Amino acid sequence: MNNSYEAVMARKNEIMRKSVGIDYSLYEKKYINFDYEQMMNDCGFELDEIRKIQADSGVGQTPLKECKNITALARKISKPGYGARIFIKDEALNDSGSFKARRASISCYQAKKMGYKGVIAATSGNYGAAVASQAAKYGLKCIIVQECYDSKGVGQPEIIEKARACEAYGAEVVQLSVGPELFYKFLLLLEETGYFNASLYTPYGIKGIESLGAELIEDSIKLTGKEPDMVVVTNAGGGNLTGTARGIQQVTNKKIEVVGSSVNLLGLHMASDTDFNKKSFTTGHTGFGIPFLMNPDRSDVPRSAARALRYINRYVTVNQGEVFFMTEALSILEGIERGPAGNTSLAAAFSLAQELSEDKIIIVQETEYTSAGKHHQAQLAFARENGICIYFGNPQDEIPGKSIVFPEDISLLKAVDLDLEEIKEKYIINHIKGLKRMTKNDVEFLSKETNTSIDFVEKLLKQKNIEVEA
Amino acid sequence: MIKKDTWVQIKKTILEPEERTGNIPEETKKVPLLMWVKGHLQNDANLGDTVEIKTLTGRYETGVMVEANPAYMHTYGKFVPEILEIDRLLKKTLFGGESNE
Repeated sequence: MNNSYEAVMARKNEIMRKSVGIDYSLYEKKYINFDYEQMMNDCGFELDEIRKIQADSGVGQTPLKECKNITALARKISKPGYGARIFIKDEALNDSGSFKARRASISCYQAKKMGYKGVIAATSGNYGAAVASQAAKYGLKCIIVQECYDSKGVGQPEIIEKARACEAYGAEVVQLSVGPELFYKFLLLLEETGYFNASLYTPYGIKGIESLGAELIEDSIKLTGKEPDMVVVTNAGGGNLTGTARGIQQVTNKKIEVVGSSVNLLGLHMASDTDFNKKSFTTGHTGFGIPFLMNPDRSDVPRSAARALRYINRYVTVNQGEVFFMTEALSILEGIERGPAGNTSLAAAFSLAQELSEDKIIIVQETEYTSAGKHHQAQLAFARENGICIYFGNPQDEIPGKSIVFPEDISLLKAVDLDLEEIKEKYIINHIKGLKRMTKNDVEFLSKETNTSIDFVEKLLKQKNIEVEA
Repeated sequence: MIKKDTWVQIKKTILEPEERTGNIPEETKKVPLLMWVKGHLQNDANLGDTVEIKTLTGRYETGVMVEANPAYMHTYGKFVPEILEIDRLLKKTLFGGESNE
């Protein structure tokens, strides 16, 4: 068989169909729309079933904890009467140490049910350990493919730790240097082994998080007697936000503001061999968050089930120094030592809480485990070795890849809003490029994809002279 | 000499620079795409030799042997004293200074 880069990429669709067991072509409609809800429904897994599978596999029902000291700190710098109560869902307590166990649990359950001998996932994040851990429970073989090193063989500390965790759960770890061609090796491995593609972006990978959304509401009612007003989600590929929002919608009719938050890595190129070790966050950052919001189907399956633009109400960024700062605050003020990436949403929530009155409830929907490498101390030491300047000042002056700035005064820690309207407009424009006509279903699809009105979409179509078929 | 069946790590070039995809930054395009993977050594060999290994899932890969019994050497890094300054700032703002803690 021809295993050149071009030949393997040309076999992509066939490899995918065999490795996921979903015929995505069933959902494709004329001209650009596809039936997202049908795809989600066809995969099965109602909320109760998800909860049962997860309860049987060491996942879910993690505690929601009130961060009383962090709330008190926010109130010190808020105007009188402001500073919402901040709660954190301690997802680090799932087996394998992160909310990703929820996604892995359904993927591995499905792989076992369909008779696959093993699972493969392409991930440099916590999802690797999650899949490895769940695969161990189901007796499945497991391969995790990571982007881990630069071309000199210098590894990102937190990814090296994640590789160790995968191996601790019995997985084979294939580590690559920087570059999107990781996907090529991933396809080769799927073809060679015939294993299940435990992608983060199949319906299974998203359904598994719906239980988290549901628990947030239920836990909040148990602890406070009411539903939360705002849920803050760390956003990268969009799955966390999508699944959480879908879960929330299944248990309440209340309009709860779902806020995405990412670490600002503006200016660093995600496929750059030299930028790779200049960043202190390998996930939860804008380098994934924004491109995946604009084009969810850039993932490793033909149609991603993670479609964050459908669900996101507001999108903010925080800087690396701010996330490290809040990671330390969680440790020193609340006695909860956790990994930094998951605290992206905590840093955002600390700022957002100051906009809400004291009676409001804001939930940070995850934490992640910490360890050597995967710790703010380790990441800061690594940054310093790589020539990054670390200092106290105004975090808004931070330049990703050059500096990490801690707030010299706590009131300087500020989540910055991205213009979602502009992102939605760009999404639509990208998706209608080169078209002359569309169907009414296409218009409806774009409106659902971007959570905008039909009028909003039609106005853009008119500007681009695209005819809508009667 | 490293004995057959020892747990080792190999390094292999997956794509030469000229085989890499066009859509990547220049600094990435001029270096090869490399892979590291671990497994059991299939024949006695020395570090730096091209060897065959059997991985945990029973696959065979060939590449240059870079380490025998590869260790996890990642740490918490050199101490970053600014972290203590963060603590001081947090406590000062929350409690209003040492006398109130």
